[in-house]
Amino acid sequence: MDFTLSEEQQMLQDTVARLVRGEYSFEKRLEFSETELGFSEDFWKQLGELGLTAVPFPEELGGFGGGGVEIQSVMTELGRGLCLEPYLQSVVLGGGILSQAGNDEQKEKYLAGVASGELKVAVGLQEPQAFYNQNEVASKAEKSGDGYTLSGRKAVVIGGHCADLIIVSARTSGDVNDADGISLFAIDPNAEGVERRTYPTVDGAKGCDVVLNNVQVGADALLGEEGKAADVIEYQTGRAIAALCAEAVGCMEEANELTLEYLKQRKQFGVPIGKFQVLQHRMVDMMSELEQARSMAILAASYADAEQSDERRRTLAAAKNVINRAGQFISEKGIQSHGGIGMTWEYSFAHYAKRLVMIGHQLGDDDFHLERYASLLQAS
Amino acid sequence: MNMNYTAEELAFRDEVRAFLDEKLPADIAAKVKGFRRLTKEDHQRWQKILSEQGWYATHWPEEYGGVKWTPVQKHIWDEESCAYGVPRSIPFGVNMVAPVIIKFGNEEQKQQYLPRILSGEDWWCQGYSEPGAGSDLASLKTRAVRDGDHYIVNGQKTWTTLGQHANMIFCLVRTNTEVKAQEGISFLLIDMNTPGITVRPIITLDGEHEVNEVFFEDVKVPVENLVGEEDKGWTYAKYLLTYERTGLAGIGLSKAALSHLKQLASRRLKNGKPLLEDPTFSQRIAQVEIDLMAASISNLRIIAAVEGGGVPGAESSMLKVKGTEIRQAINDLARRALGPYAIPFVEEEMSYDYEGDFLSDENAAPLSSQYFNNRKLSIFGGSNEIQKNIVSKMILGL
Ligand SMILES: Cc1cc2nc3c(=O)[nH]c(=O)nc-3n(C[C@H](O)[C@H](O)[C@H](O)COP(=O)(O)OP(=O)(O)OC[C@H]3O[C@@H](n4cnc5c(N)ncnc54)[C@H](O)[C@@H]3O)c2cc1C
Ligand SMILES: Cc1cc2nc3c(=O)[nH]c(=O)nc-3n(C[C@H](O)[C@H](O)[C@H](O)COP(=O)(O)OP(=O)(O)OC[C@H]3O[C@@H](n4cnc5c(N)ncnc54)[C@H](O)[C@@H]3O)c2cc1C
Repeated sequence: MDFTLSEEQQMLQDTVARLVRGEYSFEKRLEFSETELGFSEDFWKQLGELGLTAVPFPEELGGFGGGGVEIQSVMTELGRGLCLEPYLQSVVLGGGILSQAGNDEQKEKYLAGVASGELKVAVGLQEPQAFYNQNEVASKAEKSGDGYTLSGRKAVVIGGHCADLIIVSARTSGDVNDADGISLFAIDPNAEGVERRTYPTVDGAKGCDVVLNNVQVGADALLGEEGKAADVIEYQTGRAIAALCAEAVGCMEEANELTLEYLKQRKQFGVPIGKFQVLQHRMVDMMSELEQARSMAILAASYADAEQSDERRRTLAAAKNVINRAGQFISEKGIQSHGGIGMTWEYSFAHYAKRLVMIGHQLGDDDFHLERYASLLQAS
Repeated sequence: MNMNYTAEELAFRDEVRAFLDEKLPADIAAKVKGFRRLTKEDHQRWQKILSEQGWYATHWPEEYGGVKWTPVQKHIWDEESCAYGVPRSIPFGVNMVAPVIIKFGNEEQKQQYLPRILSGEDWWCQGYSEPGAGSDLASLKTRAVRDGDHYIVNGQKTWTTLGQHANMIFCLVRTNTEVKAQEGISFLLIDMNTPGITVRPIITLDGEHEVNEVFFEDVKVPVENLVGEEDKGWTYAKYLLTYERTGLAGIGLSKAALSHLKQLASRRLKNGKPLLEDPTFSQRIAQVEIDLMAASISNLRIIAAVEGGGVPGAESSMLKVKGTEIRQAINDLARRALGPYAIPFVEEEMSYDYEGDFLSDENAAPLSSQYFNNRKLSIFGGSNEIQKNIVSKMILGL
């Protein structure tokens, strides 16, 4: 067992850290957030130029076949900077689905763009009624001519507002809850019948609901085998969960540093408030929550690209459960320890808190993952 | 021991319901129930109706236009008004400065300010906190220096809730720097339109404008605006804080929020069934409902113990801590109940006039906002840590 990063992994993380520190001050982030795009086009370009969007892809696409740990290194630093770019959606999830399910032609068509950052992918796997269960798919894909007609609605597609390609799940057969019968389609967001209802998000990014009004797609839009997408979705969601855990750890590190710094600086009753034992112990709890989270993010990263198994499923569910709870704890207690200032827009802490709580609403909340874990419990 | 309402109390509840059925404007109630933004005009419109009914000033003696309600009547009002969607009463005039003026003010001050509070002519805000004086309120630095018939005030207040609407502010100011911090503070009533006062918004994490910074630069305040004696303001300030705390348990608000949560959970689905029937989620709701039940009775017990018009002391601190924890727990569940729809923030949905499509039928935006905004409950009115310090000192003798 070895918990240290390799030299290459460390270099990768340092590169991202430097870039974020240089380009992503809190003030700039507020500006990026307020643009129509909701993030920095320029920063996204730089991620591409530095080969960071290519990390998980093979050499011929400019990458080096990075796995869970490499993604972790990138995502942790993006988390520290509260970066708004759709790395998770496009590179990790979109790229992952295309790599796993796409046929040679589709990979040829899309992956180079994803790896260079020129093609932004968004992924719509959840639906308004489904409460995080991605096998609950009511959207339909009906055979028509050579292709399919898609109808339905995909909920809260982060980055969907600006995506060049949207991957959605839709049902080609079976009942609304069946794992069997779910298919994946790569659709052009500008195709007729695709309606995007765009909104800002609580944590400063942008997303949309994608309404599919009888969208006609060709057979070449189908990703993978018809009706057999559930496994791909589950596997790639697992990779995305590991990445999201890493992002959350970056956020938590920064949040705790801010709080600790404040405890030392802020004086009341003639002493730094960090002299009050109730705040000291709480800060200790926040730190140990972060360590719990960090451990699970590391574990999740090590399973991200492993072969699917119940062990992998359990571990990723456990990781997301720990991360969500730690994130909420650190957010709420951090605001409380700051007093009024922790609630203000112009101070970065509140934005970390909002991101952390919203991570808890992405890819399953803590109850969802607890139940998932419980359903996979081993007798011994 | 009798836990049931008496016939008179039941009759009072009927009277309250009849009044609210008839007089509470539907648009205002809809905003309150939908957690939308209320305008200044909304508050004023409702306050007028309440004043006309004679039910606005429930802490005041009758001679000044107050209404003498028993603790149980107050409790009934709290529960019913929250359930109907009555706007939270803006407490700074009627429940904060007024009791101080009544107890420590002179006759002219009573004549001048109390009727204007009742009629809604004056909108008060609270100028206690400063950038350097939060929990340690007594360290406040805003200076008032006597100059003939005036005080000249210089300094800064912060976190001033709804100061943007106010025409009057009551301030704690330092009039003596030679003595112990607590002994050099005075209680001043200041017209917000006096030259030298600047109000700047502070935007909170939910993007709302609810609090402000108030700057004072050579502001001339007539000496007759001093309440009570110079340098004795700390006594009055503390008297006011116990009043503030009593209201902060927010039992009625929690009950209304819980009922909203249950409606939400009965509509939102998980695995094809309402969340309310989901084993995990229903237990989360049940747990907070049980805690609220207990807190509600504690609240009644404590206010009943001071029957006779008094104000509870350190016990109100316990109620504040428990009550705010429960409200925050309910807000947490409401956000959770939205699932992924906690994430979109359609700011326009906060506005009652919004006519676009709601993203989800739950009008979700205000619920995440409310969760974040209500982190304030455990910070203001004396943070929950400070409340616990009070309890351990005053009740436990530690
Ligand atoms: C089962 C058991 C086995 C033990 N085995 C050994 C052993 O093998 N060798 C040995 O030397 N001792 C042993 N101890 C003793 C143990 O180390 C002491 O009990 C411990 O150090 C606490 O001391 P105390 O019991 O006097 O409690 P106190 O020190 O009186 O503490 C009482 C309470 O006050 C709290 N407290 C004290 N100071 C502070 C502070 N500054 N801030 C906040 N809270 C504070 C404590 O956390 C505790 O909750 C054992 C005790 C137990 C119960
Ligand atoms: C939304 C909002 C509205 C407000 N409205 C008003 C208003 O209208 N008028 C007004 O005057 N003020 C208002 N306040 C201010 C409020 O009363 C203060 O925020 C509060 O007193 C805490 O002060 P602070 O924010 O400076 O935090 P600090 O006092 O700096 O506290 C920071 C942290 O340290 C803890 N702490 C401090 N001292 C101790 C101690 N001795 N022991 C243990 N822990 C301690 C606190 O509990 C907190 O967790 C408002 C605040 C908010 C957030």
